[in-house]
Amino acid sequence: MRWYYKLPLRLRSLFRKDRAELDLSDELQFHLQNQIDEFVAEGMNPQEARRAARQALGGVEQVKEECRDMRRTNLIENFLQDVRFGFRMLRRSPGFSILAILCLTLGIGANAAVFSWVEGILLRPYPLVSHQERLVTLTGTVRDEKDGTSWPDLLDVQRSCTLCETLFVSKITGATLSIGDRAQVMTGSIVSANYFDAIGVHPVLGRGFEPDEDTGRNAHPLVVISYHLWQTRFKGDPEIIGKTQRFDNIVHTIIGVAPEGFYGTFVGRSMEYWVPASMLEVFDGGSDKLEDRGARWAEAYVRLKPGVTRNQAQQEISAIAARLEAEYPATNRGRGIKVWPLWQTPFNHAGHLLPTFEIMVVVTMFVLLIVCANVGNLLLVRSFARRHEMTVRLALGAGPGRLLRQLVTEGLLLSACGAAGGMLMAYWCRHALVLLFPGDVMYLPGQIDGRVLGLSATIYLVVTLAVGLVPAFQTRHLALAETLKTEASAVMGARGQAWFRSSLVILQVTLSFILLVGGTLLMQSLHKIRTTDPGFTTTRVFDTWMPLVAAGYDAQRAKTFQDELVRRVRALTGVEAAAYARAVPLGYGSFSSTPIAVDGYEPPPNEQPTAEYNEVSPGYFVTLGIPLLSGREFTRADDENAARVAIVNQTMIARYWRGQNPIGQRLQVKGNWVQVVGVVKDSKYYSMDEAPRPFFYVSLRQYFAIEPVIHIRTTQPLQTIQTALIREVRALDSDLSVYEMITLQEQVDRSTSHELVAVALVGLFGGLALLLAGIGLYGVMSYSVSQSSRELGLRMALGASTSNVLRLVLLRGLLLTTTGIVIGIALAMLLTRLLGNLLYQVSPRDPLAFAAAFAVMTLASLAACFLPAWRATRIDPIQALRAE
Amino acid sequence: MAKPTDLVQGTLDLLILRTLALQPMHGWGVARRIRQVSKEVLQVHQGALYPALHRLEQQGWIRAKWGESENNRRAKYYSLTPDGAKYLRQEQAQWERLSSAIGLVLEMSS
Repeated sequence: MRWYYKLPLRLRSLFRKDRAELDLSDELQFHLQNQIDEFVAEGMNPQEARRAARQALGGVEQVKEECRDMRRTNLIENFLQDVRFGFRMLRRSPGFSILAILCLTLGIGANAAVFSWVEGILLRPYPLVSHQERLVTLTGTVRDEKDGTSWPDLLDVQRSCTLCETLFVSKITGATLSIGDRAQVMTGSIVSANYFDAIGVHPVLGRGFEPDEDTGRNAHPLVVISYHLWQTRFKGDPEIIGKTQRFDNIVHTIIGVAPEGFYGTFVGRSMEYWVPASMLEVFDGGSDKLEDRGARWAEAYVRLKPGVTRNQAQQEISAIAARLEAEYPATNRGRGIKVWPLWQTPFNHAGHLLPTFEIMVVVTMFVLLIVCANVGNLLLVRSFARRHEMTVRLALGAGPGRLLRQLVTEGLLLSACGAAGGMLMAYWCRHALVLLFPGDVMYLPGQIDGRVLGLSATIYLVVTLAVGLVPAFQTRHLALAETLKTEASAVMGARGQAWFRSSLVILQVTLSFILLVGGTLLMQSLHKIRTTDPGFTTTRVFDTWMPLVAAGYDAQRAKTFQDELVRRVRALTGVEAAAYARAVPLGYGSFSSTPIAVDGYEPPPNEQPTAEYNEVSPGYFVTLGIPLLSGREFTRADDENAARVAIVNQTMIARYWRGQNPIGQRLQVKGNWVQVVGVVKDSKYYSMDEAPRPFFYVSLRQYFAIEPVIHIRTTQPLQTIQTALIREVRALDSDLSVYEMITLQEQVDRSTSHELVAVALVGLFGGLALLLAGIGLYGVMSYSVSQSSRELGLRMALGASTSNVLRLVLLRGLLLTTTGIVIGIALAMLLTRLLGNLLYQVSPRDPLAFAAAFAVMTLASLAACFLPAWRATRIDPIQALRAE
Repeated sequence: MAKPTDLVQGTLDLLILRTLALQPMHGWGVARRIRQVSKEVLQVHQGALYPALHRLEQQGWIRAKWGESENNRRAKYYSLTPDGAKYLRQEQAQWERLSSAIGLVLEMSS
C-alpha cells in the first residue's frame, strides 16, 4: 500500500515543482523561527539568534538541495532536461537534423512498409478470415510439377483427411454484370458451399450457402455479394436480400451481403461476389467439371487442426492421393496433391510476389544499415564539432555517464522523429504496391498490425542504440587537455579515430555496391524477358472481346455474329488480318487442357500424357505472326461438319513423334481422334520465362466458344482501330459493348509485371543507398579536409600545386570507395545467388552488372569527393598556418 | 555545548519513526523531543534531520500534513503511516537484537 502515499508525492514533485519548493521553504522557515525564539529566550539578541539558528541548521540552501535529492525524481528531471537540451541542439543545426531525420525516416519507413506488405499480402492476406496461421493451399502435381486439382479428388480428400479441420474451394472467376444500362466484368469466386462457415466470415445481411448448394448442375443460382458491391452498385439497399441480378445473363438470387472489409481469398484481387460451385458451368464453361476427375479447375484451401504441421498434413494427403491414383488410374495416374504454405500459394499472386519480397527484406535491411552508418557518421562528425562543449561540461563536473546519457537521448530524439516519419511513410505506402502494376486492377493491401508495429519498434530501438552510441563510443576517449588544443592540426589520411568513421563509410559503399549489382542484374533480366521473342508479333496486334454471353447470344447466333464481324474487320483500311481465339497467350485465362493419346506413341507406364491447346479460327497464325513450318492453316472448311483437325507445335513433335513429320497422324483430344494438318513454331503461352512446352491448336468451329477474343493485325494506331471496331460491332448489334482493347505487347508487359516490381523496388532502394553513401562519403571527406587544413596549408606554402592537393584529397576518397567496392564484390558474389528465381537468362555473377555497378559507384564517389577536394584547394596557406 | 555523539548510520530514521509513533509532530518538535528524551546525549544534527524526514516521506513510512503549531504558526506535521508502524517494529526488533549482541560481546571481553 505504500505506493498510495508515494505516488502523489512523486507526481507532485514532478508536476507541481514550485508548490513543493514553497512548502520546503515554509517548513525550514518554521524551524528557523522556532530556533530563533529559543535562542532569544536563552538571552541572545535577535540578530545574533538569527545567525546562530542558520548556523545550527547548516545552510538553508544546502539542506534544501539535500531534501530535493530525497525526492528521487532527478532521473526523470535529468531526462526531461536532456530532451529539452536535445531539441535545442537539433533546432540549432536544422540542416543536420533534417538530413538525419530524413535518412532515418527512409530507413525505418522502408522496413515498416515492407513488413506491412509481407504481413498483409503473404502472412495474413485475408482480412476477417479466422486462424490464417493454420491455412494451407492444395494443388495437384503431375510428375512433381504443379497442376490443378479436380473437384471429386478434393471431395475425397475432405472426406478422409483426419488432420484437416476443414477444406474449402475458392476459384477466381469473372462475370459480366449489367445493372441499369451499365455492364462491367467483375471478379468473383466460385466456392464450395462450406466456404463462409469454413473461413468464419458471416454475412452481415442474409446468409451464406447451405451444405448442398454446391451440388447439382446449375441447380442453385444464388450469390453472396461484397459489401463494396452492395454499397456502390445497389446503393446499400436494405431490402437487397431476395432480389435478383444477372451474372453472364443468368438470373441469380442475392442471398447475402459479406461484411465490410472482407475481400475474399485471392491475393491480388478483391472479390465482388461469391457463387456456389454448382454454378460452375455458367462462370467457367465446360459441362461436367463437378463429376470429372480429369477436369482440374479447383483451387483449394485447408485449415489444419491445431498443432498439425504441414509435413504431417502432406504425408496424410499424399497417402490419400496415392489411393486415388490406384482407384482411378485413367485420370489420376502419376498424379499427387501438394500442400503449400499460404505465402507460396501458386494459384494467386502470393507465389509470384514471394521472391520479390524475400529480396526486399534483405534490401531494406541493407538500407537501414546504411542509414545507421550514415546518421552515426553525421552524429560523430558533429560530436567532434562539439568537443569544446563536451569538455567544458566535463570540466564543470558532469560525470561521463551523464554525458553518455545525453548523447543517447539525442540519438533517441532523432530516431523517434525518424520512426514517427517512417511509420507515417509505411502507412501511406501500405497500398502503394499496386501502383507498380501497370494498367491492371490489383488489390495488394499492406497491413499494419501488432506484429508489424512490434518489429518496427525493435528496429527503432536498435537504430536508437546504434546512432546514439556511436558518438558516445568516441567521446569516451575525450581528454580534457587535448581537446582544448587546436583542432586544425590533423594530417590527411592520418590514423587514429578516423578509422572508425572511415570504416562506416566503407560499410556504406559496400552495401550500396551490392544493391547496385542486384539492381543491375534484375534490370538486365527484365530487359531480357521483355525483349525475348515470344514467338508472335506483339506490337501491331490488338485484341479485345465482346460480352456475347451476357447479351444473351446462343451458339448459333454467336457464330453468325463472329463470321459477319470478322468479315467487316478484314475490310477495314489498314487491317492486314483478323482472327478469333478462345484464350490469349500470356493472358489471365487458362488454355483448355486434355489427356491425349498419340498414334504410335507408347507412354511410360505411370504417365498419362496431357497437353494444352487453344481453339482458334482460320487466319490465326497469320494474324499473330506465328510461322507455319509445314502443312496448312485452318480454313473455313474446317467446321462442325468436317473431320476434326489439329495443328501442333515443335515441342509436341519432338516429344510424341520423335521429330518425325506428324502430318496425317492422329491425336486423341477429349476422347475424339483428330488429324494433324500442320506444324507451327513454338511460342510462349503462359509466361515469358517458361520452358518450351507441347501445345496444339484446334479449329474454333469444331470446339466452339461463344466469347472468343478477336485479334486484329493492323498498321493503324490503337485509337483508330478501336473506334472502327466499335462502329462495326454497333452496326451488327447496337446494344453490344466492346471491352478494353490492348496490344499483345501490353499483354506481355502485364505478364512480366512481377519482374518489373522487383526491378522498380530494388532500383529505387539501390539509388537511395547510392545517394546515402554519397552523402556519407561527402561528410567524411569535408570533415577530414577541414580538420587537416593546417597540413594542406603547409603543403601549399611549400609549393604544392592546386592539382597536387586536389589529387591528394580525391585519392583519399577513392581509397575508401575502392576498399568498399572490393569487399562489395566479394560479398555480392555470394549474395546475388539469392536473386536466383528472379533472374531470367542472366548469371548472378554477370560481369557486365558488376562492371556497371563499379562504374556508377566510382563516379558517384568522385562526385561526392570533388566538392571537399575543391574546397581544400581554396585553403589560404597563410590563414591556415596562422590559425594556431 | 558539548559535541553531540555521532549517530550511527540508519539510527536517525529509527529515532524519527519512534518519536512520530507517539504523536504527529513537526520537524522542530522531532529534533527537540529526541534531545529531551535522550537526556541531551543525542543531539540530532539539524541539517540531517530534514533530508531524513523527506526521505522517509518519499518511502511512504510517514506522511505530512500542514497544521497550526502550539505557537500559532503554520507547520508541517509528520505522522506514521500503517506501513511505517510495521517498519518501525521490524527495525526496533533488529536494533534490540544487535545492541544486545554487542552488549554480550563487550561484557565477555571485559
